[in-house]
Amino acid sequence: MALRNIMGKRVGIGLMGSRALSTATCDVESGSAKSINLYSAINQALHVALETDPRAFVFGEDVSFGGVFRCTTGLADRFGKARVFNTPLCEQGIVGFGIGLAAMGNRAIAEIQFADYIYPAFDQIVNEAAKFRYRSGNQFNCGGLTIRAPYGAVGHGGHYHSQSPEAFFCHVPGIKVVIPRSPRQAKGLLLSCIRDPNPVVFFEPKWLYRLAVEEVPEHDYMLPLSEAEVIRQGSDITLVGWGAQLSIMEQACIEAEKDGISCELIDLKTLIPWDKETVEASVRKTGRVLISHEAPVTGGFGAEISASIVECCFLRLEAPVARVCGLDTPFPLVFEPFYMPTKNKILDAIKATVNY
Amino acid sequence: MANWGRISSRTIGNHIRKRTNQGFIGSTVDINPSSGSSSALNGGRSVSDQNRRYLNPLPWSRATLSWFQRFKSTVAAKQHDSFLSSDSDDDHLSLDFPGGKVSYTCDMNFISESSQARVPCYRVLDDDGELIKDCDFQQVSKEVAVKMYSKMVSLQIMDTIFYEAQRQGRISFYLTSAGEEAINIASAAALTEQDIILPQYREPGVLLWRGFTLQEFADQCFGNKADYGKGRQMPIHYGSKEHNFFTISSPIATQLPQAAGIAYSLKMDNKKACVVSYIGDGGTSEVSTLTISYFICLLQFAHGYPNCFLQGDFHAGLNFAAVMEAPVIFFCRNNGWAISTNVSEQFRSDGIVVKGRAYGIRSIRVDGNDALAVYTAVSAAREMAVNEQRPILIEALTYRVGHHSTSDDSTKYRQLDEIVYWKNARNPVNRFRNWVQSNGWWSEQEETQLRNSVRKQLLEAIQVAEKTEKPPLSDMFTDVYDYPPPNLEEQEKHLRETISRHPTDYSSDIPL
Repeated sequence: MALRNIMGKRVGIGLMGSRALSTATCDVESGSAKSINLYSAINQALHVALETDPRAFVFGEDVSFGGVFRCTTGLADRFGKARVFNTPLCEQGIVGFGIGLAAMGNRAIAEIQFADYIYPAFDQIVNEAAKFRYRSGNQFNCGGLTIRAPYGAVGHGGHYHSQSPEAFFCHVPGIKVVIPRSPRQAKGLLLSCIRDPNPVVFFEPKWLYRLAVEEVPEHDYMLPLSEAEVIRQGSDITLVGWGAQLSIMEQACIEAEKDGISCELIDLKTLIPWDKETVEASVRKTGRVLISHEAPVTGGFGAEISASIVECCFLRLEAPVARVCGLDTPFPLVFEPFYMPTKNKILDAIKATVNY
Repeated sequence: MANWGRISSRTIGNHIRKRTNQGFIGSTVDINPSSGSSSALNGGRSVSDQNRRYLNPLPWSRATLSWFQRFKSTVAAKQHDSFLSSDSDDDHLSLDFPGGKVSYTCDMNFISESSQARVPCYRVLDDDGELIKDCDFQQVSKEVAVKMYSKMVSLQIMDTIFYEAQRQGRISFYLTSAGEEAINIASAAALTEQDIILPQYREPGVLLWRGFTLQEFADQCFGNKADYGKGRQMPIHYGSKEHNFFTISSPIATQLPQAAGIAYSLKMDNKKACVVSYIGDGGTSEVSTLTISYFICLLQFAHGYPNCFLQGDFHAGLNFAAVMEAPVIFFCRNNGWAISTNVSEQFRSDGIVVKGRAYGIRSIRVDGNDALAVYTAVSAAREMAVNEQRPILIEALTYRVGHHSTSDDSTKYRQLDEIVYWKNARNPVNRFRNWVQSNGWWSEQEETQLRNSVRKQLLEAIQVAEKTEKPPLSDMFTDVYDYPPPNLEEQEKHLRETISRHPTDYSSDIPL
């Protein structure tokens, strides 16, 4: 069992850890921290990565001047154009080039400008990066590759600036998929991804780039991959999510508590390989589970979690596994508020599950 | 793609500072000044502390920033106007746009879709293997020539015997390089061991040249425990870290942008080496899901195979290599056929060589069946790639004598006498043999000895490979990641339970 409080420290099962919100202040002992937003946290992680490894490179469309979301601000000035550079507008080239660079032992940090545009690189990611080590019998690997892309709803993004394509990549053995929920998480997780010896796709919730502000330690720190985190303890129902959706789910949890429903909220963080153990332990405690993601419900990653939980915990379950997700439409513009898995949709599902 | 503004104030600033003959909005940041490789490596590496503002919230809102950028561009425009007015000669005939100055014309002319004449093909030996008078070529020593010829013969024999082994059901698949022996061996001979190869799939001769043994080839084809690939891939998907030969994968052309990345790494490390990426024949077999991605740095573009260079990765690879000024040789094997698709159905351009210029890449068309010409062209290309830090495109014209693979019967879509003609009258091995013999470096006796010896070694290698144990079951689960994650550990455990319950479902040659 791996219960953790917001600081990522293990706590005993019996301890009633504080129901820290995801934007809690940092622990004093981790040193000085500053209140910054998500893109700044990512920017810090990239500065640290390039500082600590002379063979780290950052490249992609428009990264040189700071990037369309300012995540790469200051890097080219500080580390030079040979290490931080713009690429031609060609995602399959960006990823292919990154694979080559990583295959030579470098840390290739590739940016895809929007997750919506990652598909031209899908062949390189699935057929090449994911299989590079396996097919060569471990003679070669491209573990130093990290692909970063902003994903998710932003309020006005429509079809091509709002997508959550994580499910496509979760079906690919050989890569890891990581999604942070907040600035502090993002910095630590991104550094872990960059330093992990496997190719990683790191989706950044663009809605939170400016909106999420949190105390982020200024030093170099890493957060573990493939370890889910219980960010709110509860006893009646387990909620599982990732990225920006967690803050919506948290609001639903707070409201549900007014109705006497105690919700446990888990941030999956790494989608593949995912921490089944933590989720299973929670479900064994609560007997109910609800998964929520922005991506369309059919074939979304919630389906994998649901199937796995039913396999392991069927007899413990008190109710069917609930999924509150985006609808099966292309991400619409004016209809976005209807499409999204809102707090009230989640709340309704919590109540329905608890009252099943 | 995105509806975000793309003004780059930095490039504006750079161009004003450099006072180059470029447009005021400027092209992409020039990361590698064209003054040469050394400055490219040293330039831009200074680490300045002045930009620690990343730690602080930005002082400007988005709107302010846009204004700031607009302000800068106006300044640039004004300064640029003053540059123009100080130009002497032909400013009245030139237009300035992002990307540079162009002269203008009042005649509306479309550039023709093709040149008057096709790009000529460089060759050194005539069809009989005699040196053409007054040809430029790089001389090879007797030792190198004999090694080249021997390896060409070995490749021929290896192809024949492995093909037969597939026909006998001993291996599941094979494809030959028949007709392309000169390309395989001569290109490899012109390189050093430090040059990194990203093959497509029809270049085992490069591995042969570098010392991969017949046993090692056989082991991969049989997928036994001695296979470096641990039995995971189909036959002919060789890879060798020792010989700097990246493992072959089936998707076509995926190796090309990777070649650019690998070459960029060499550039960053200041290595005196290049990448050679082959692209050829393209190839997705109809029967299998074998899409061969020839990463081989020597792009051997099969003329016939449109896929390889019509794939986006061809464009991506060449464009990236050109922009990053990466030392890659793209070696295209234009062999007339992409499985059943003849080149006339592949493209409307004059082959591949003309595409180089579209990317700003220096290119050459060479007779792929002329070992000396291939050797010379690759040597020269390598020197340019390494010393000038630039990509080069080589199109080698040749003919795919064999079927696409053991899953293909090419007599279904082409004339048998055409195949026979190329096999005999235009045979690159015979042609080179004539030249080697005419120098007094080879004899009939050595020919017989060599052929017998290679054949014997191959048959032995196959026997040994066939008898060698397969890799253990655990090799299915390793190397997916650096360490197996919990889900794989669980799946292996579950699988082993299944096997113990149903042992007859599984062949006994995989050790548990």
